[in-house]
Amino acid sequence: MEPQLSWYLALSAVLFTIGVTGVIIKRNIISMFMCIELMLNAVNLTFVAFASFFQDVTGQLFVFIVMTVAAAEAAVGLGIIIAMFRNRESLDVDDASILKL
Amino acid sequence: MESNLLSLIIFAPLAGAAINWFVGRRVRDERFIGAVACGSVAISTIVAFYLAFKTNGALRSETPLLDHIWTWLQVGTLHADFALAMDRLSGTYALFVTFVGFLIHVFAVGYMHGETGFYRFFAFLNLFMFAMLTLVLADNFVLMFVGWEGVGLCSYLLIGYYIDRKEAGDAAKKAFITNRIGDWGFVLGIMLTFFVTGSVSFFANPAAGTATQTALSFFKTQPVDPFTAGAIFAGGATSIAVLLFIGAAGKSAQIPLYVWLPDAMAGPTPVSALIHAATMVTAGVYMIVRCSEIFVHAPTAMLIVAIIGAATALFAATIGLAQNDIKKVLAYSTISQLGYMFLACGVGAFIAAIFHVITHAFFKALLFLGSGSVIHGMHDEQDMRRMGGLKKYMPITFATMLTGWLAISGVPIFAGFFSKDEILWRTWSAPAFSLPSTAFSKFLWAIAALTALLTAIYMTRMVVMTFWGAERFREAHPAGEKPNPHHGPVEPHESPWIMTVPLIVLAVLSTIGGFIGIPYALSAAFTDRNINVIEHTLEPVVAKIETGGSESPHSSEEVTAERMLAGLSVLVGLLGIGIGWYVFQKRPLLAMPRLLEDKYYVDEVYDAALIRPIEAVSREGLWKIFDIGVIDGFLHAIGEVVIEFGRLARYLQAGFVRGYAAIILIGALILIGLFAILGFPTMTP
Repeated sequence: MEPQLSWYLALSAVLFTIGVTGVIIKRNIISMFMCIELMLNAVNLTFVAFASFFQDVTGQLFVFIVMTVAAAEAAVGLGIIIAMFRNRESLDVDDASILKL
Repeated sequence: MESNLLSLIIFAPLAGAAINWFVGRRVRDERFIGAVACGSVAISTIVAFYLAFKTNGALRSETPLLDHIWTWLQVGTLHADFALAMDRLSGTYALFVTFVGFLIHVFAVGYMHGETGFYRFFAFLNLFMFAMLTLVLADNFVLMFVGWEGVGLCSYLLIGYYIDRKEAGDAAKKAFITNRIGDWGFVLGIMLTFFVTGSVSFFANPAAGTATQTALSFFKTQPVDPFTAGAIFAGGATSIAVLLFIGAAGKSAQIPLYVWLPDAMAGPTPVSALIHAATMVTAGVYMIVRCSEIFVHAPTAMLIVAIIGAATALFAATIGLAQNDIKKVLAYSTISQLGYMFLACGVGAFIAAIFHVITHAFFKALLFLGSGSVIHGMHDEQDMRRMGGLKKYMPITFATMLTGWLAISGVPIFAGFFSKDEILWRTWSAPAFSLPSTAFSKFLWAIAALTALLTAIYMTRMVVMTFWGAERFREAHPAGEKPNPHHGPVEPHESPWIMTVPLIVLAVLSTIGGFIGIPYALSAAFTDRNINVIEHTLEPVVAKIETGGSESPHSSEEVTAERMLAGLSVLVGLLGIGIGWYVFQKRPLLAMPRLLEDKYYVDEVYDAALIRPIEAVSREGLWKIFDIGVIDGFLHAIGEVVIEFGRLARYLQAGFVRGYAAIILIGALILIGLFAILGFPTMTP
């Protein structure tokens, strides 16, 4: 049986929902971060699926942009997380609720 | 004619002020500061005399000297340039302002010796000369107003020169605020002039782009306003003239705005001499004579000027009779003499008014400087009750004060006699143009003559109390008053030469200064030539009232009448001196009526009728209701609304990251939901 477009989209939706749910319910900042990455990759999957479906390379190009942004975000985000951990010795985001370090 | 030298007259004192302010305050060398101050005014004096008397100079030609310095205001049809003009009138003014100013500067170097604010004093004094000369030499109303405000500012600064004395600060504020009321009239007068004539210039200067029709020449072709009270509100020449007179009354201390001048004596004496006797307070007279073309078209306004002038002259003279402070006597005397000048303007004798301004500048500057010399010699004592017998100690001051006394009392050959007599005669013979009837002119003359009598009496009282009689300065001071703490027992001394030389020069001028205006009726006895120099000089630039019939000047009845009146005014003057001598020689401390000594309680009445109500309205109404209630309330309401919004918005900012994430999610779901329900908008490429 040939894989259909709808399969990819369904998988992507599932991954995205898992990501959203993780961001909402997780307290550990690293877990939240990973969930964000998960959401980004769900979107990437959608792009690639559509690019293949429409035989159009634009969607694949977009994936590269998303990956670049995600890499930069990871660098900055991990830096912030380390700084926060040094100050608070905790990775619980609910501890960081006073809008400053 | 263009002459760039003209700007030197006003900018030399300005430069002097700048040097003294920026350099003098660091150098703090009295000789340097004095030399800069006197030198800059000396430059002005020399240039003014040169420009006035050179071939085709201002006083010798019919056309004014013009100096267009820069284009200042040019809005629509309004042209007001920073431009100077010296014609016969402003030239005459510039001459005595610079010369008398120079003498007073020299005197002040001696008088202010040892003061800590020496540089400040002379910087302000030079700045005053700049403003005064700008006022006089301005070629349009707007620049004249700049000078007008400038002299007001310098007056404020110099009255309040003794910054550690509260009464000096209060007097300075009083002078400034009272002048504001007059300035209100002046500004409205300028605006109305522009509205009616379309110009604010005095002189046509086609080279500089000023229209040939000026604010003054406009009226030449206009009919005279009707002689009714309604003309005041008609918006024509009469309205302009009345508004301008309000300005003049403020600056020249006429009823009801005279109250600031006596208090202004809190300033140093040279300031009183320069600003509050010789020059600034006569600016109102200058302005009216400069605008004589407007006034001769406004008989109602001239009647007001004449009545106010006569009333002020008499009123101030009666107060002067009872003052014990030597400077207060002179201050009220100044107000009274200014009243004379306005009386002359009101009956159309503009030249006589200017003549009296000049002679008054000589003898009143002399009297003030003489009183300054006395105060200096008495170690800052101003109360005449503690003087007496000073002629032995201060012979030069005494001799020069004597000439001033004789001049102001109207003793013949002294300057005051000629000018005062001219005013009295012109009042007596005034046509019915600006007066309800010729009988009214006799009434005004009677007031003026009575004032002359009082003038002679109070001046005699002052001189007698100061220079004759027992020496009272060693006596114990009245209980409750501390003796002067800075000095030991008071031992009067004559002032140094730098103070006595200006006194001598002014004494000579007070003696011979009147010869520039000998009336025909008196000179005809000696020579056939009409030797009234001042009248010849000013006649072309001063407007005359239209009397209708063409009467021959100097008819024999007129000459006889004028001689009789001159004899009468001599008698009045001598009678006044006689009364003063007889009464005060024996009893110099004679108590004067309480009402006069307390100045008719005018200050108290003003305080109760105007100042208190204004204060109450300001405090209870403007401050407590309008400021606190309306303005503050409005602003506070804005603030509170913002605070309330902030209080609501704060619930969104809990600081929990997952909360934010949830909000983002909800927002995204709402958007997606909207797309799902409404569908995507169709896009057309």
